[in-house]
Amino acid sequence: MNTNGAASKPRTIVDKIWDSHVVAQQPDSPALIFIDLHLCHEVTSPQAFSTLRKRGLKVRRPDLTVATMDHSTPTTSRDLPILDPIGAAQIAQMETNCAEFGVRLYNRMSDHQGIVHVIGPEQGLTQPGMTIVCGDSHTATHGAFGALAFGIGTSQVGHVLASQCLLQTPSKPYEIRVDGQLRPGVSAKDIILAIIAKIGIGGGTGCVFEYTGSAIRALSMEERMTICNMSIEGGARAGLVAPDDTTYQYLSGREFAPKGSEWDASVARWRQLPTDEGATYARQLIFDAGTLEPMVTFGTNPGMGISISDAIPTPSSVTDPIERSDLEKALKYMALEPGKPLAGHPVDVVFIGSCTNSRISDLRAAAAVMKGRKVNPKVRMLVVPGSQQVRKQAIQEGLDEIFRAAGAEFREAGCSMCLAMNGDQLEPGQYSVSTSNRNFEGRQGKGGRTFLASPLTAAASAIAGAVADPRTLS
Amino acid sequence: MKIQTIESKTVVIPIENIDTDQIIPARYLKTTSMEGLGDALFFDWRYNADGTPKPDFPLNQPGAAGAQILVAGDNFGCGSSREHAPWALTQFGIRAVISTSFADIFRGNSLKNGLLPVVVPPDVHAELLRWPGMPVKIDLATQTVTLPGGRTVEFPIDSFSKSCLLNGVDELGYMLQQEPAIAAYEAKRVGSINTLAGSTRP
Repeated sequence: MNTNGAASKPRTIVDKIWDSHVVAQQPDSPALIFIDLHLCHEVTSPQAFSTLRKRGLKVRRPDLTVATMDHSTPTTSRDLPILDPIGAAQIAQMETNCAEFGVRLYNRMSDHQGIVHVIGPEQGLTQPGMTIVCGDSHTATHGAFGALAFGIGTSQVGHVLASQCLLQTPSKPYEIRVDGQLRPGVSAKDIILAIIAKIGIGGGTGCVFEYTGSAIRALSMEERMTICNMSIEGGARAGLVAPDDTTYQYLSGREFAPKGSEWDASVARWRQLPTDEGATYARQLIFDAGTLEPMVTFGTNPGMGISISDAIPTPSSVTDPIERSDLEKALKYMALEPGKPLAGHPVDVVFIGSCTNSRISDLRAAAAVMKGRKVNPKVRMLVVPGSQQVRKQAIQEGLDEIFRAAGAEFREAGCSMCLAMNGDQLEPGQYSVSTSNRNFEGRQGKGGRTFLASPLTAAASAIAGAVADPRTLS
Repeated sequence: MKIQTIESKTVVIPIENIDTDQIIPARYLKTTSMEGLGDALFFDWRYNADGTPKPDFPLNQPGAAGAQILVAGDNFGCGSSREHAPWALTQFGIRAVISTSFADIFRGNSLKNGLLPVVVPPDVHAELLRWPGMPVKIDLATQTVTLPGGRTVEFPIDSFSKSCLLNGVDELGYMLQQEPAIAAYEAKRVGSINTLAGSTRP
């Protein structure tokens, strides 16, 4: 890593990570950058392994590669067979690929299986200053540690497997400064939903978000992960938070974190990462978290979000004709009436899970709301821990009993109803309140309708049987 | 996957923020192959629950048959990183998408699969949206889109992607040629994990 001499230009954390990972730079070409950690899952990697096989290539750095199963993986009991033959074949192929190419795999029966963006941080694989990629757009989650982490397509999964490098052009740094103190009942999820509602889902295209400000500093690592996770929903491939003592405290002692003198040396290096005084950003947004209310989406993209006490927007108040027709289309799909409040709208399913909100703190927040209460009899509630380790911890704390006593399902780890690949899905026309990251048409099952919200709001809605403000529960 | 010129009528889906879950729903991602995805393209917009085509969806209209150029609203391809989206589009027969902007990951995936993402100015885009089926010529070498009246506009593309598409360059092959630089980088690299070590067995 370059040290920052007096004569050198002030740099952002993104510049610093970029500069220290450039392997080669040919004229008129993207840079070849080195990848420190490559995470793989069963859905976006099989065709990449096939490419390697076809070309007679090896995985160059199996020691920097980790695989798991999450997307197609059932969250029913692990004693049961996988009923979907196509999903089962994909999962079997992952076993074959990892065995053949010598890649460490946390398979469905592993105690460390889980959503790829949950297990990386939890095992200390995710570390500050790293470049991290995965064939998954929510890879930005790892940015919470001050890593440059972004999603790639399957061609690039093959490139990284074969060369441990990627051809990349730098993205523009975009500072999102969040100040102010969150009020009770308002969480990290509400911050990021509010940011996306403000900038729109294409607002960060071509950029990397750096989240700064006192409200971000005050967040735990798991809350920072929730924020970084949804960077892509604001159009940015990556989003990050500079590392600080909160980061080091979380990381210290985890399985793959450096130990002993290596730890000290690493922390000393990581302390050089934060953006220099005087460094410039291509863009900036200043955001006050102190005035936020719980957020909920009403439409068919994550930018269509409102405060829970606001009314559903009215198309006639939108001047741009395409925007207006998109809003009309969204409201038609969602079967919602403009001008009406969203709070109180009946829901059929509540989903607590996904790489956005399936960590132990998310489960604790939901359990605190559920304790001593019952899920409304009209509602199906699924609680899907992000990993086997989260699941184990939740059981140790008795959270599973709280959920079950309330009438919720407490399931095995995986992506589950976030994208409805594994059989966990909405029926056509059903409404969910979901702690996941996308409310696109059919995302949670063909014809399903999604309201994105925080774990607190989701849990309160499960009890009410309708979209509910968690602050109204005592 | 070479591209030189594309001359075709357009098919128009005048919707902004078309996400990759619409381009190909997640349930079609359980395949381990790259083939057979064209049938799943825009599946839930193309077909009714009983499997019959929705007659008002642009791709189902008689004039759309054989169109190789898709014109769509702003921020096309947002959402998931699934490369199945450009695979589904190209297997259906689409060779270029024209919009006012593209999501980053989709744009990158498209360029690796011979699908050309073409950004045009808003007024040209508006004209293309207004006249579905318009015959359009896209010339990659000159980076131009030509409309029927002869109006020609330039579109941006980075010189590396352009040269890869024009010459059919194998990107992975190009990367592997840089082996000495990769090895040199690895030799001086500090701070590393070893996922194959560690006390916990999988």
